[in-house]
Amino acid sequence: MSWEESPKDVEVYQQALDAELAAGTERRIAEGRARSKAIRSFRAANPEEAAKHASAARAPGADTPAAAPAAAATPAAAAPAGGAVAVAAAPMTSARREAPLPTGNIPTPKKGAEDKHRLLALVPPEGIQRVEREQGDRVHTWPHFLLEEFIAMLILFAGMLVFSSIINAPLRELANPNLTPNPSKAPWYFLGLQELLRYFHPMVAGITIPTFILVGLAAIPFVDRNASVKPGDRKIAITMFTMLFMFGAILTIIGSFFRGPGYNWVWPWAQGVFFEL
Amino acid sequence: MAKIQPPNLRESEVWKSIFRPGSIYRKGYKDTSRDRALATMNNVLWHLHPTKVKRHGLKLTYTFCLGGLSFFLFILLTLTGIFLMFFYRPMADIGGAQAYTDMQIIRTSVFFGDLMRNLHRWGAHLMVLSVSLHMARVFYTGAYKPPREFNWVVGVVLLFLTLGLSFTGYLLPWDQLAIWAVTVGTSLAGYSPFIAKQANFLLLGGAIVSPNTLLRWYVLHVLGLPFVMVLFLAVHFWRIRKDGGISGPL
Repeated sequence: MSWEESPKDVEVYQQALDAELAAGTERRIAEGRARSKAIRSFRAANPEEAAKHASAARAPGADTPAAAPAAAATPAAAAPAGGAVAVAAAPMTSARREAPLPTGNIPTPKKGAEDKHRLLALVPPEGIQRVEREQGDRVHTWPHFLLEEFIAMLILFAGMLVFSSIINAPLRELANPNLTPNPSKAPWYFLGLQELLRYFHPMVAGITIPTFILVGLAAIPFVDRNASVKPGDRKIAITMFTMLFMFGAILTIIGSFFRGPGYNWVWPWAQGVFFEL
Repeated sequence: MAKIQPPNLRESEVWKSIFRPGSIYRKGYKDTSRDRALATMNNVLWHLHPTKVKRHGLKLTYTFCLGGLSFFLFILLTLTGIFLMFFYRPMADIGGAQAYTDMQIIRTSVFFGDLMRNLHRWGAHLMVLSVSLHMARVFYTGAYKPPREFNWVVGVVLLFLTLGLSFTGYLLPWDQLAIWAVTVGTSLAGYSPFIAKQANFLLLGGAIVSPNTLLRWYVLHVLGLPFVMVLFLAVHFWRIRKDGGISGPL
């Protein structure tokens, strides 16, 4: 039975809907809740009417073998449409429906019955909400997406093979704890921090700032509560992140190429590059 | 006289037991919507992906494939790393720095040793770069917004692990470049508040970079950190799907 056919209290519906919307509930959910309230309130107010409607809803089932004898057996209750079932359905209007007590017998399949089962759910009308999920514009992962991934992988691998065949990774002389090379540099991804050491106390440059960056990065989604992903709506966030990223990149480049012996400033085109990967 | 037919491999029971229905290697694969979906769904590797993806995700300039390529680099580094493990001992006691001589042997005497080492080293640097760029891409497309907040945090952990893996590996050649880069890098830990000495000792297994450090970082590099990395990668990939696949469109 659809919402339109269900007996309901329109006033209650409108009130509940207004209340839900005022509380900021999403419209689809608010409507569902208001419908539920309207139907329940109608049933509470006039149980007989509700029973009649319930039987009307069940009328199509009256031609089943089980329903027909029932109708014959209780002619007194033969109300307009499917009245016999109305009697059976009447208890439904009370708050709770009783299930038959468990018999303890494990059902055995009928001989020759097909080996399959069905799942059947009974859903009260107020529980039905029309859920419309946008399927969106989607394509099959195979072949479209997987091929793209595979090609990207092959290109990267080919590039790396060529690069690794031509350019050897550095291997200097044996480690010697008594001979400090000049300059001594950390791996390139830490050179931004090493550069900061020139300007700040080691505890600030080596502990405070890296901790702040890592924790700050992890906290981004909880700080930036702007729901939009459109670049035009997130100018502040984008500006801040770009500045941070560029700041790190510039410090790293300075530490890599513009620092020479004694970690002093050099111009890479004049004094040479003191950088190894 | 009956002709002897060569058995059709693709119709054999063995073949069919390996390739599930929908596999493109199975006889009867049709280019239909159903079989395309099954090809993804019935494959242990490909079912990391949903059967369908948003069309805009195919656009190269949306993701630049950075996340996928970072994962590929992780696989490549694992494979080349396992190869190198056959020829490398993390020992550098006085009188014989096996770690260093093993490096020289890998470069000169091991078949493909030099190529594998180069791939491993360049791949490691590239992975730090690709993971950082992947993070930037995710930021600029707003892909960390609800419901993906937690996956962003997992991503930050993965970035940290990537740096850790790269840095622990940096010491292993046991040359001048390695120990002094590590000395500079770890000297900062000595400035942590309250636990400076303990932090330094925990990192180095001593007061300075020593053979103890080498063993410690070797174990972290080949076992400890990759193990943690795989756990976080699993959560990362799983959450991508649970959070509704690729983000966007913008």
